[in-house]
Amino acid sequence: MDLVIPKIDVVSLGPELILSIAAIFVLLVSVFLPKGRKDPAAYLSLLGIFFAFVSSIFLWGNPRYSFNNMILVDNFALFFNSIFLIAAGLSILMSVNYLEEQEMSHGEFYALILFATVGMMFMAAGSNLITIFLGLETMSISIYVLAGFFRRSNKSNESALKYLLLGAFSSAFLLYGIAMMYGATGTTDLKGISEYLSKAAYLKDPMLLAGMGLLLVGFGFKIASVPFHMWTPDVYEGAPTSITAFMSVGVKAAAFAAFVRVFLYSLWNLQPDWNHVLWILAVLTMTLGNVVAISQNNIKRMLAYSSIAHAGYIMIGMVASSELGTSGILFYMLAYAFMNLGAFGVIILYGRKGEENLDINDYSGMGFKYPGLALLMTVFMFSLAGIPPTAGFVGKFYIFSAAIKSGYIWLAIIGVMNSLVSVYYYLRITVMMYMKEPVKEFAGLKWSPSMAIALIIAVIGTLLIGIFPSPYLDLARQSVQLFM
Amino acid sequence: MPIDYLPIFAFLVIAILFAVVTIALSSIIGTKKPIPQKMMPYECGVDPIGSARRRFSVKFYIIAMLFIIFDIEAVFLYPWAVIFKDMGTFGFIEMGVFIVILFVGLIYAWKKGALEWE
Amino acid sequence: MLDYVWLVPLFPIIGAIINGIFGTKLSKKTVGVVACGVIGLSFLVSVLVFFSLLQLPPESRSFEKIIYTWIAAGDLKTTVGFLVDPLSMIMMLTVSGVSFLIHIYSVGYMHDDEGFKRYFTYLNLFVFSMLVLVCANNFLMMFVGWEGVGLCSYLLIGFWYQRKEPADAGKKAFVVNRIGDYGFLLAMMLIFVTFGTLNFKEVFNIAHYNFQVGSMVITAITLLLFVGATGKSAQIPLYTWLPDAMEGPTPVSALIHAATMVTAGVYMVVRCNVLFTLAPISLTVVAIIGVVTAVFTASIALAANDIKRVLAYSTISQLGYMFLACGVGAFSAGIFHLMTHAFFKALLFLGAGSVMHAMAGELDMRKMGALKSHMPRTYWTFLIATLAIAGIFPFAGFFSKDEILWNAFQKNTVLWVLGAGAALMTAFYMFRAVFMTFHGESRVDEEVAKHLHESPSVMTSPLVVLAILSAIGGFVGIPIIKGANVFHDFLAPVTGEHLAGSAKVTLTNLAYASSTAVSSGEAVHHPVGLEVLMMAISLAIALGGLGLAYYMYIKNPSLPKRLAEKFKLLYHLICNKYFVDEIYDFLFVNPIKRGSEILWTFFDVRVVDGMVNGSGRFVEFGSSVLKRIQTGYVQNYALSILVGIGAIIAYFLFM
Repeated sequence: MDLVIPKIDVVSLGPELILSIAAIFVLLVSVFLPKGRKDPAAYLSLLGIFFAFVSSIFLWGNPRYSFNNMILVDNFALFFNSIFLIAAGLSILMSVNYLEEQEMSHGEFYALILFATVGMMFMAAGSNLITIFLGLETMSISIYVLAGFFRRSNKSNESALKYLLLGAFSSAFLLYGIAMMYGATGTTDLKGISEYLSKAAYLKDPMLLAGMGLLLVGFGFKIASVPFHMWTPDVYEGAPTSITAFMSVGVKAAAFAAFVRVFLYSLWNLQPDWNHVLWILAVLTMTLGNVVAISQNNIKRMLAYSSIAHAGYIMIGMVASSELGTSGILFYMLAYAFMNLGAFGVIILYGRKGEENLDINDYSGMGFKYPGLALLMTVFMFSLAGIPPTAGFVGKFYIFSAAIKSGYIWLAIIGVMNSLVSVYYYLRITVMMYMKEPVKEFAGLKWSPSMAIALIIAVIGTLLIGIFPSPYLDLARQSVQLFM
Repeated sequence: MPIDYLPIFAFLVIAILFAVVTIALSSIIGTKKPIPQKMMPYECGVDPIGSARRRFSVKFYIIAMLFIIFDIEAVFLYPWAVIFKDMGTFGFIEMGVFIVILFVGLIYAWKKGALEWE
Repeated sequence: MLDYVWLVPLFPIIGAIINGIFGTKLSKKTVGVVACGVIGLSFLVSVLVFFSLLQLPPESRSFEKIIYTWIAAGDLKTTVGFLVDPLSMIMMLTVSGVSFLIHIYSVGYMHDDEGFKRYFTYLNLFVFSMLVLVCANNFLMMFVGWEGVGLCSYLLIGFWYQRKEPADAGKKAFVVNRIGDYGFLLAMMLIFVTFGTLNFKEVFNIAHYNFQVGSMVITAITLLLFVGATGKSAQIPLYTWLPDAMEGPTPVSALIHAATMVTAGVYMVVRCNVLFTLAPISLTVVAIIGVVTAVFTASIALAANDIKRVLAYSTISQLGYMFLACGVGAFSAGIFHLMTHAFFKALLFLGAGSVMHAMAGELDMRKMGALKSHMPRTYWTFLIATLAIAGIFPFAGFFSKDEILWNAFQKNTVLWVLGAGAALMTAFYMFRAVFMTFHGESRVDEEVAKHLHESPSVMTSPLVVLAILSAIGGFVGIPIIKGANVFHDFLAPVTGEHLAGSAKVTLTNLAYASSTAVSSGEAVHHPVGLEVLMMAISLAIALGGLGLAYYMYIKNPSLPKRLAEKFKLLYHLICNKYFVDEIYDFLFVNPIKRGSEILWTFFDVRVVDGMVNGSGRFVEFGSSVLKRIQTGYVQNYALSILVGIGAIIAYFLFM
């Protein structure tokens, strides 16, 4: 019997391997650490993230297939890698003190974040539906556990269970979609599907279309698009705040990475079909997210709806189906990573065990008591609302202008109107902080160096990208050039 | 060709027949001396009657999970051993990595106290 | 060193950031040192850059330093970049140098003010904006500086916002400037539409090669630009904010009137000289507005009794001169006057500040007199500045003013007559101010008289430095003698005028010269005798003004009152500044106010607010309805997913 060992390019998996090893190492080290003092595990994880980042940089500009074409490490994947790593790094920095405060300091937390990040990277680099599915499951399972990490909190348990049940439900549809794709095209390879479709004479094959619909559902669930968004507020509210931050950025980015790669590359020939659906979904997602966010009183739920709305904006970039739109998505994800993580960081810092300060009214008067923190929150809120000179503004600007260039003027108008609506609830926080009398006593902030670093990175990122967008947009452009 | 599936069909028929015939035969020719314990369904030694929502010790699950993992390791090792020579150094390293990862898991489980019943 | 030109604006902004953020934690001394230090560094860098620029041959003295691409939206590509050429160099040196002296002076002047730190933060920001304005290599960045200057002037004029007048004056400055800004903005859009770029060099090159003299587009652009300039540089009809601007601290007036802000308009016109020379109509408008402003405001200054008001109107009048110079195509003369004016006007304002300091804030010259013996240093420096502004040989103002008048004379005798008339008035009212303040009998209140004192040396030393500059600053631009007009030659590559005394003309200059209606080539070949005669006439005019002032205010102090009685109507008219403010109020401000009140009470409150609140309420209502869908039951969520799947697949299959 002849055994052919596939060509394996280990170097191309550098970031994933480094992170996996780091995760295993963190797991191993953490059991030997004394109880309640698990921060060395956090620092080890950060080290792993750093090296993964470095190795991503080294791989830049040199796209290559590996593992029998299961993996494609191109700039697109690497750009997303950096978003995942930023999300993971900032979440870990924000978690160190948070976990100690909540008496939940366990090394597994950090290891799971790293494993989830590895899963995300596989989603971004997968050039086969199966790889993407494996990445998605690796990510999701870690996140299910992380969402329920505060196991003594009912909300956290509820969050994890809901996410698990619905996640499994949607994963099943995704897998079903993959199976149908295979049935219709005879391959799960993205390139193969694309080639099949470009040669196929008849594109109205029901199996093909149904498969595409199911794929759309699978990704739509992970990016929290309407009507697959229902889990988002409950899960975001219950999960530990740093995990909510990580989910809202990392999971969304990973799902978009796979979504974009499958739909804009593999299923490009079906673009006329899926474009209308995405148009409708984008409008629904934006509108519902923004409208419902207005009446939320819990800040985590509000940000959950806001993250739904942002998914809607990003989908506009997909509808645009152009290089500008795609690079706009990448740019937007990067901007969103900084601003959203920053906002959650402020929420973490503002609360403490037994007094989470999650009600929006708790923020009244904060501007006088903690001017520095309030200023940071204001920057993040401005950015989320898309007010210059922040990253959020530039991101929206590129996405909307891509839509206009591709002729989707109405979509851009709806998007702009939606961001007007969103200004209301974002600035509501700012108004609370600066213009209302405090409703309660403040117990004092517990600044920690790691949290300070995280917030500083987030605010610098938000402003830097907002003021000097060109270099980042260039990177985003380079990331989609070879790919379209 | 449908004819190719004939063996499968035959297999299916035989399987069903086997099950039906054994149950039928034993109920026909077997002696019946019922006592209450005998009438109870057997479920791995656990009392089957009572609240369906009774809690099991979580330790069962942990042991079961660990068992499955190492069981699968063993299952993997057999085919690997069969083609060990064909795969050469590559196969050796691959399996080494696999075993190391499981080993780390074992250390982790051990340190966490998963192997102790009390 | 040219590569480091970005340090010039960087230092002031660093100062502003340090004082703005950490100011409350720093001592006054540190704040002062930081604020002055950064401007000093900025000046130092300017000097170094200047010397590196001198190393280059004259025709290649134009250097662009691009920092990064700022905006790339469609066809609009704008960089953050700096342009170093003789023009921006002179501006950089003047702005940073004079500002540096004003900063030092301010440390003494503002020493006891509560807002010391705020003041220096704004002041640094002001200088930063102005430096961005003059260093910019494109219109958009210039506009950023332009707006920044406007903002800072608003902050500084209204610095004592607790009182009503400064707050109002700040608002007025801001609003009037905005009107001009719209002109600039429109011009910028038109430039982008016409040329497809906002970069100075590219715009000027395209304009120069592709457009005819008298082109409509260029005329429109230049007229709009000039509207911007009239706002910023306080020309008719947008000059009314400047006299009120003296409500701010006096060093701020010095800064606004001398080195920054008001010179922006002149600078911008000179920067765009290529465009202006292509539009003779615009040039004529510039010259007429300039000379009319010069005469008109000089006449107001004749009867003003407030020392700062006299200086304020004189600034407007001198700016009118600069525009006159630009209007007759003598751009380098305009910039020359801008520079010398920066020296002596800063000196005059700081001197006035010094007087105020001694007089416990008194500004009315009728309550001054005979201060000479009390404050000798202030007196002598003030006198030098007055000699300079009046245009007495050999002080700085003589050379620059004479050059403008000479150019005006060559162009049009009427312009010259008006300009000379303004010069006469300038000499008169400035010496009137000197005599009323420092000479004659003391009319000082007794209470104040006891405390009369010379200002501390931190305030007087800048005066001395400025006095030296006012005295000798004119010698860089000696006319007549070939090659001695160093200033003119230095600027020639930018203004496109011939290099005097040499036949070396660069390719672009040649083309400029051939296309310009105002070829100053004639200036090289003019009869020397005539020019000398004209110089003598201007000197005579200045001396005439001096004599008249002496006669009326020293020899015969009762004469002014009698004259005022005799020409009651005229005096009343001048005293009330020709009622321009009132006319503006009547024609524009009040109707707009009334109109906006109607809009407010009816349109805004009812219609707009109704719509906004209505849509807000609608959204909130929708929000509360949609919120109910979120039941919290997983099975409902799963159902929603299922419905979604059904809908999507049905769409794919059946549509």
